[in-house]
Amino acid sequence: MKCRKCGNKASIHMRQHKLALCKEHYLDWIPEQTERFIKKYQMFARDEKILVAVSGGKDSLSLWDILARLGYQADGLYLALGIDEGINYSHESQRLSQKFADEHNLKLHVVDIEKEYGKNIPQLAVISHRGDGRPCAVCGLAKRHEMNRIARDLGYDALATGHNLDDEAAVLFGNTLNWLSEYILRQSPVLPASSDGLSRKVKPLCRFYEREMTAYAILRGIEYIYEECPFATGSQAILYKETLNQLETARPGAKLTFFLNFLEAKKSGNLFVEKNVEMQRLHSCPRCGQPTSAPELCSFCRMIQKAETISTM
Amino acid sequence: MIAKLILRDKEYEVKPGMTLLDALKKINVTPESVIATRDGEMITDDEIVRSGDAIKLIAVISGGGA
Repeated sequence: MKCRKCGNKASIHMRQHKLALCKEHYLDWIPEQTERFIKKYQMFARDEKILVAVSGGKDSLSLWDILARLGYQADGLYLALGIDEGINYSHESQRLSQKFADEHNLKLHVVDIEKEYGKNIPQLAVISHRGDGRPCAVCGLAKRHEMNRIARDLGYDALATGHNLDDEAAVLFGNTLNWLSEYILRQSPVLPASSDGLSRKVKPLCRFYEREMTAYAILRGIEYIYEECPFATGSQAILYKETLNQLETARPGAKLTFFLNFLEAKKSGNLFVEKNVEMQRLHSCPRCGQPTSAPELCSFCRMIQKAETISTM
Repeated sequence: MIAKLILRDKEYEVKPGMTLLDALKKINVTPESVIATRDGEMITDDEIVRSGDAIKLIAVISGGGA
């Protein structure tokens, strides 16, 4: 197969776009498309400060690489979660994140959950009894809380995450299977900042397939953590992704259509017959000051308070 | 001589002469979920699998964060 732009041997074929590209043209195409999506969804402007949530994985490191190549002011944030499971998972992912930052002369903020709150993620999961034996629910909660806190406290204009189209399609698929209308309506490439203290959240990679981001990382020579998070094995998200990939193989473009048509339907206001649920008023958590749905401690602070009580027993 | 497809710690043997796409279907690996490399170079799935090939498959799906 030949590159559509130069006729040389192609490195990747994207069936959904009927487009094959060589290494050189693919590495130009990805940042061009990212810039297009940043503008299309009005994610951020050139003079704004962006905080990239970096995990050491292919998506977040590629996102940081792309934003730096495009000339945006993008610093990184790494959250040390304390996941070991015999493979030094967090330690290795932090090493790779720091290595990338050092090699590209980029600034990386590191927040160690255990140093900040006295317990790491697996320990918090055991104490809080959230998530049926898996720490994923606690991990997600802590990440959302800490990413927002750091973005807000350090004055960043937007928090960028490396969610790709497969991530978005899997979430949408899961929420649709369960008809979780509030979650469905909230899903978007951009979540605007709120006066309640939520930072603007943006997903510049949300229209790239996971396969495309892997190809980008490989072709750019980005060293990323290849091993799956040990707690993610057998997760629902992975099951949904595999299911959608089988559909994609039979019907190229199915994932892209699923997600883009959803965004269109949401934009048109015709996604659900009933006019949509009014945004719930948020309250300020009396302990950390971040927005929360109930007029009391937020879920994260409740969990930490419980952990502190147990530590002193 | 046969050809090998390698995914994580598993090796699959396939007959040379078919396309990579057909080889992936033969070993029940969803083509959308992997990137294939031969001698360190990424290859597209219309490539013919050759005798003696050791094609490395890189899984693309991730579901967590560090």
